[in-house]
Amino acid sequence: MKSILVIVLSAMLTDNFALSKFMGICPFLGVSKKLDSATGMGVAVTFVMICATLVTYPIHYGILVPNSLEYLDTVVFILVIALFVQLVENFLKKCIPALYKSLGVYLPLITTNCAVLGVTVLNIDNAYNFGESIINALCGGLGFMLALVIFSGVRRKLEYADIPETFKGVPATLIAASIVSVSFMGFSGLFN
Amino acid sequence: MAENKRSLGSEISKGIIKENPTLVMLLGMCPTLAVTTQAFNGIGMGLATTFVLLGSNIVISALRKVIPDKVRIPAFIVVIASFVTLIGFLLEGFVPSLYDSLGIYLTLITVNCIIFGRAEMFASKNGVLASACDAIGMGIGFTLALFLMGSVREIIGSGQWLGTSLPVLSKNPMLIFIMPAGGFFTLGVIIAAVNKLAKRKPPLEISCGDGCGECPMADKCAGKAGE
Repeated sequence: MKSILVIVLSAMLTDNFALSKFMGICPFLGVSKKLDSATGMGVAVTFVMICATLVTYPIHYGILVPNSLEYLDTVVFILVIALFVQLVENFLKKCIPALYKSLGVYLPLITTNCAVLGVTVLNIDNAYNFGESIINALCGGLGFMLALVIFSGVRRKLEYADIPETFKGVPATLIAASIVSVSFMGFSGLFN
Repeated sequence: MAENKRSLGSEISKGIIKENPTLVMLLGMCPTLAVTTQAFNGIGMGLATTFVLLGSNIVISALRKVIPDKVRIPAFIVVIASFVTLIGFLLEGFVPSLYDSLGIYLTLITVNCIIFGRAEMFASKNGVLASACDAIGMGIGFTLALFLMGSVREIIGSGQWLGTSLPVLSKNPMLIFIMPAGGFFTLGVIIAAVNKLAKRKPPLEISCGDGCGECPMADKCAGKAGE
């Protein structure tokens, strides 16, 4: 039970995927302009992270380890994620068009999101069991969404700020991200 | 012949300054921020990425007429991931210290947007030699950017440079610069400085906004995600 709590808190707060592991920085900086697109991206990433873990974990322990092919992890995982994202996209398009309408545009972008590959590889590296892996993926995704939503709020304020000409645009966004990251450093005292 | 030579030279040089993948095109942000706590790690990451980029660009441009258009993305992914596995083995065998400090980010070279972007934008449309030159240029540009980031963060954050302690600075290191927050800050300031020096307007958005041209998924999402 204690280990689960540690995974939950570290995946969401202290080792936040976007702000301290720097995974999924492109969507973090690119899709955080508006609150609803930030939420949409966050939900889509969480969803794909969980699905990817559900698929890659059995493949690693069921197929690759018994045949001592662990070195193929990277190739197999990214391929499975790419195919799976395509599958989910087609499934949503046909069966749940309402959900597709809100998440559809984010799904193809997620294939190349390092947070998704990152979470599946981390689950294996940290030797989590199946339950822990799912929790790690769920909380990692929620933490990513939390960072994205907070940051979209910061960016809305940033639009009204008087910024020097050279810093307008991406430099100002990065410096704002740095300040949001400082605020997440406050959580680092949670474990002792 | 002379003209051909010049154009190959320009394929190399464009990646270093004019189209620097990190500081101008803003691709591959994850490794740029994550591994640059030390200048040496920056160089290591840059060279590892260059290796993968060179290998994947050569193979993809050689196979560009064989790979059907519909399955090109999975095909590119397999080629890139294979080279990542290869460089992982090489580093583990020959430079284990670098392998340990790069950690998971070595695996994540697979999803580095620079490699994907070059495969989609350049290697799948150009010959082998031009693609190799493009990869070398982009790789050098990326390595230089990472080295710059790593140097700034290492000098200010831990008072060292490539492992050598510096006078004065090593007594008062500003730890925040080697923490995640310092990474964002340093990159922001460097991009602003590059823009100032190049007398350009700073880019307004990162990949999912204006930069759809480089994104491999551009045709599917058509800029909708950034709105």
